[in-house]
Amino acid sequence: MMLYLHLPFCKRKCPYCDFVSFPGREGEIGRYVGALLREMEQKSDEFGPKEIGSVFFGGGTPSLLPIAELERLFKGLRRHFRIQEGAEITLEANPGTLSPQWLRAAASLGANRLSLGAQAAQDRLLRAIGRIHQGNDIVSAVNWAKEAGFLNISADLMYALPGQSLGDFEESLRLLLRLGLPHISCYNLTIEEATPFGQSLKRGELALPSEDEELAFFDLAGEILAEGGLRRYEISNYALPGFESRHNLGYWNRGEYLGLGCAAHSLAGDARFANAQSLDGYFAALKGGKSPETERQILSEEEICFEEIMLGLRKMDGVVLSEKAFARYEEGLKALELAGFAALDGRRARLTAKGLPVMNAILTRLMG
Amino acid sequence: MNSKENIRNFCIIAHIDHGKSTLADRLIEFTGVLSSRDMTEQVLDTMDLERERGITIKSQAVRMPYKAKNGQEYELNLIDTPGHVDFSYEVSRALAACDGAILVVDASQGIEAQTLANVYMALEHDLEVVPVINKIDLPSARPEEVRAEIEEVIGLDASSAPLVSAKQGIGIEEVLEAVVQRIPAPKGDANRPLKALIFDSLYDNYKGAVSFVRIAEGRVRQGDTIRMMSTGGAFEVTELGFFLPGRLSPCEELSAGEVGYLCASIKEVSQTRVGDTITLDHNPASEMLPGYKQVQPMVFCGIYPADGSAYDALRDALEKLKLNDASLSFEPETSMALGFGFRAGFLGLLHMEVIQERLEREFDLDLITTAPSVIYKVVLHSGSELSIDNPSNLPDPSEIEYMEEPMVKAQIFTPSDYVGAVMELCQEKRGTFRDMQYIDKTRVQLHYDLPLNEIIYDFFDQLKSRSRGYASFDYELSGTQRSELVKLDMLLNGELCDALSTIVHRDRAYPRGRAVAEKLKEVIPRQLFEIPIQAAIGGKIIARETVKAMRKDVLAKCYGGDITRKKKLLEKQKEGKKRMRTLGSVELPSEAFIAVLKAD
Repeated sequence: MMLYLHLPFCKRKCPYCDFVSFPGREGEIGRYVGALLREMEQKSDEFGPKEIGSVFFGGGTPSLLPIAELERLFKGLRRHFRIQEGAEITLEANPGTLSPQWLRAAASLGANRLSLGAQAAQDRLLRAIGRIHQGNDIVSAVNWAKEAGFLNISADLMYALPGQSLGDFEESLRLLLRLGLPHISCYNLTIEEATPFGQSLKRGELALPSEDEELAFFDLAGEILAEGGLRRYEISNYALPGFESRHNLGYWNRGEYLGLGCAAHSLAGDARFANAQSLDGYFAALKGGKSPETERQILSEEEICFEEIMLGLRKMDGVVLSEKAFARYEEGLKALELAGFAALDGRRARLTAKGLPVMNAILTRLMG
Repeated sequence: MNSKENIRNFCIIAHIDHGKSTLADRLIEFTGVLSSRDMTEQVLDTMDLERERGITIKSQAVRMPYKAKNGQEYELNLIDTPGHVDFSYEVSRALAACDGAILVVDASQGIEAQTLANVYMALEHDLEVVPVINKIDLPSARPEEVRAEIEEVIGLDASSAPLVSAKQGIGIEEVLEAVVQRIPAPKGDANRPLKALIFDSLYDNYKGAVSFVRIAEGRVRQGDTIRMMSTGGAFEVTELGFFLPGRLSPCEELSAGEVGYLCASIKEVSQTRVGDTITLDHNPASEMLPGYKQVQPMVFCGIYPADGSAYDALRDALEKLKLNDASLSFEPETSMALGFGFRAGFLGLLHMEVIQERLEREFDLDLITTAPSVIYKVVLHSGSELSIDNPSNLPDPSEIEYMEEPMVKAQIFTPSDYVGAVMELCQEKRGTFRDMQYIDKTRVQLHYDLPLNEIIYDFFDQLKSRSRGYASFDYELSGTQRSELVKLDMLLNGELCDALSTIVHRDRAYPRGRAVAEKLKEVIPRQLFEIPIQAAIGGKIIARETVKAMRKDVLAKCYGGDITRKKKLLEKQKEGKKRMRTLGSVELPSEAFIAVLKAD
């Protein structure tokens, strides 16, 4: 079992981001932590007895939490849940919000993995995508984290940004390698309609790279990071052997997870469920002693089978399919194998280097 | 009851946009059939499509009571008719139910191509044509010049033509007076055996088939047993009556000279054929009325349901539309690319577009249509002769001795400034110049012989755009002519896509093949595999394009375990795929089938 805590606070909303966060409401962090603690209590009867192998603080910007609030959360977690010895405990952090003190406090509370939203090394690009930090903040953040005792540090980069060259991206990759990071994620910029970038695109004001250029970025990431010994283990994730993120793999392996907080998602048994999207809705439910859950879906056998391939094929090693899923997709996978997009070994299926970049088309084909 | 002397059956004819429907609206309003509160614009155009496009597609009839200046009460039956050349069949049917026609001419545009076409049709039907000059309120109006034009070009006496602004309500009473004074009362004896001409029909879910009739002789009442003279079917009249705007108004009896409708619980649509004569079972007439010439469709295309399971619904819809539009013809057809569908014949391109839109709107169907084709005459070495309206059915070139294509005589009216541009267009479309006349200092009438297959694509659009919308155009079929024609095939991933084949002139095949290939490259989305697109004549490849394989299409991440969103995105992609046709391993969007049309 894994835990996900959503912290929907940001100093500023980035123009490409459509995830749930509420810039300008940092004043309510204390209240929010209180609500989170109440939700933990609600969930502890059902989930308390389970062994927790990974905790992930995502956002928003978890590094905006004052040290005292972080302490309250960790205390609550330990009171209501059985966190395993050696569990992976990750904090997402914005390099523009960090301090040595905060990092030392986080480490002493038990956080052992840091995931930095670096995005790019160039101030020009960081400004263009609305980030609050600068390139040299990334260097300080990594150095402070190391001093605070973090060994497992990851950073996110984005590619296919407006105005980004392959050279820019290579520079960013090399900077992270020089900093000695054991884990790096590289995400293709995705334009969501309901964001300022989505609107700019609609008006024709956003110049984005072509599909071929996107592929060049993707290939470049694999190449450069391999030089540093980081292997691609999932479409967007690279790690030194042994540093693969347990939490991320948990999602792709369809491991159970409980999401706490506003807009957090969960998978337990055959149910996927999610909490209220609005901060006020979340507060209101917990104030009234009610569950903040607003959506619940019981997965059909067909949906579970599809999730196995949809999530499992993201991993370079592929997925060992359940018998049911294998029976359902065997024929389609064999056709894809023949065409060089997939490889099969018993019930294990994986995508080849040719198949990986076009996974969506492959999935829709398998959907029939 | 009006005596027959006080009945006037008339229609309004005009070139498109000269204000025919607006004038009909004013007449209806003036005679008080509808109060101005109940009036809408184009009150007789009941189809959404008609209102949106501002055109009349279906003829509509309405009865108006009118007290003339001579103190007498008249019954005026107005039949509104379409203006576009494609619906001339519809017009000719309406004309047969009338004794006269109001000819509307725009006071600034003057005589246009369809003004003439419609006048000639009215004269063929022996109708009294009453010219009126409309839109006199416009600053550009030149009513006296247009009056002279009517006299010179058409040869009608226009000295007393009312000057009208239908929009402003000017001159409406003068039009009604002209109808009463100049259009003759219907002839025909009410005491002779019944002869009623079916000039239109529609299907009503409650009443069954409703026949629109003009009573030539005799009378008919509710309860009478009637007989269809050509099919022989006998039915009891359950309801009859006349037309009010947008509805049917039952009455006791229809007699010689009157226009109305008649229901006889006729379930089979085929039992009430437009053009047939209705008589009484117990006292039949000895001879039928002349009826109508069977119209020949000129343009054909394949119509397929986007969703193969809607085949039966499509057939049903076509049958219902045919009842309402006798000029539509169709028969089942199968395509390798598109599955089961129909080959449908139309009077022209606008007619085809209108039918497609009506099928989609009125019957909620999603359609794929193939490029339009005309009928080619193919003579084989063996001496046998074929008529081909589907390029896929063209025999192998080695068997063909020669081919002929249908030709039209086209007349084009254009301001003299655009003569050069119009002639250039006709030249490009393989036209042969016949003659040119100046109507006045600024307007020219051109005659060309053109191959029909050149004008069914974009001739009309091109003509409009090259003359800034001023030129007008009309045509009539003028037989066939021997021509160097070839079948242009499109191959996708090496496989022939039958629905994309067209027949073109040999000289045009290369540029056209290239253009279609380029257009297909634009509309076919990237797929997992590279897709070669080839244009071919016989076995020879004349153009080649490639849709590159998809390079990158993958979701970057999933925020905080929100898997549902990812699934929804894929579902959406899958839905998009469902609307595509699969040919071998290639997925084709429906736009691909229109590509052939828009490739010039």
